[in-house]
Amino acid sequence: MNLTFFDQFMSPQILGIPLTILALLTPSIIFPTQNTRWLTNRFSTLQLWTINSFTKQLMLPINKTGHQWSIILTSLMAMLLMINLLGLLPYTFTPTTQLSLNMGLAIPMWLATVLTGLRNQPTTSLGHLLPEGTPTLLTPILIIIETISLFIRPLALGVRLTANLTAGHLLIQLTSTAVLTLLPTVPTLSLLTMIILFLLTILELAVAMIQAYVFVLLLSLYLQENT
Amino acid sequence: MADRPVPLKDTRLLDVKLGQLPSWFAMRNFTPSGLTGAVRRGYDSYLNKYINVKKGGIGGIAMVLFGYVVVSYVWNYEHLISMIVGGSII
Repeated sequence: MNLTFFDQFMSPQILGIPLTILALLTPSIIFPTQNTRWLTNRFSTLQLWTINSFTKQLMLPINKTGHQWSIILTSLMAMLLMINLLGLLPYTFTPTTQLSLNMGLAIPMWLATVLTGLRNQPTTSLGHLLPEGTPTLLTPILIIIETISLFIRPLALGVRLTANLTAGHLLIQLTSTAVLTLLPTVPTLSLLTMIILFLLTILELAVAMIQAYVFVLLLSLYLQENT
Repeated sequence: MADRPVPLKDTRLLDVKLGQLPSWFAMRNFTPSGLTGAVRRGYDSYLNKYINVKKGGIGGIAMVLFGYVVVSYVWNYEHLISMIVGGSII
């Protein structure tokens, strides 16, 4: 059986049930349900504080009508963050390494922002295709370029998340293979590579959090243009 | 020690004697609403014991994550065994 480095990205199955389902449901277990007490436990307090401060900061540049999006953007951020971070535990599966999931998140969200803009304020939305202060001669070319950049946005959103996470996981796997292979022969080099592995894991932790944030931030940016 | 005798159907799991276990298990409510009720009770009891306390520590969430890693390992078992048999490290 020809095992490649990409086998970690196929979700394994028991009785035909892929591990993706468990991996997608676990974040909802981590976030507990609302507490009816006035002074809640430490866990809930911490979560509520982070979610509130994140939502406030995210919704600052968006006007009143765009605030309807706050619940979907914050829950998206929480889900992506948890999925990415849980994927760093051993033996787990990261659903966001699959392009299908990320495109399934990116395309509908982007399309919703575009359609909202076109429906409520079509002139302003179409006006975004021509930045202010461009010389008159450049106008036709620039409109074409801006349209292309508009249609590339969902592709970029999905592929960015997929590529970052897949690359990170692959790097961790490669360096750990190197550490294990070098251990019997050249232990010193193996130790050096292990230091690189630790640094890489810290990087992966950061990337997991940052990528979730970037996804949601860009969506809020597209929303801001169109509301 | 001198409790009034509770019918077997209503005893809690930790009070069931080992010989009575199969009959206790057969009497449980296996309808969908019964199963969801059991899952909800388990979730609530874990939440109230380890997380919904005034000074909860990292133990509550750490146990959940460790359980998740163990379940993932079990799910991955076939693939891992085929890697050992195939003689590869990755």
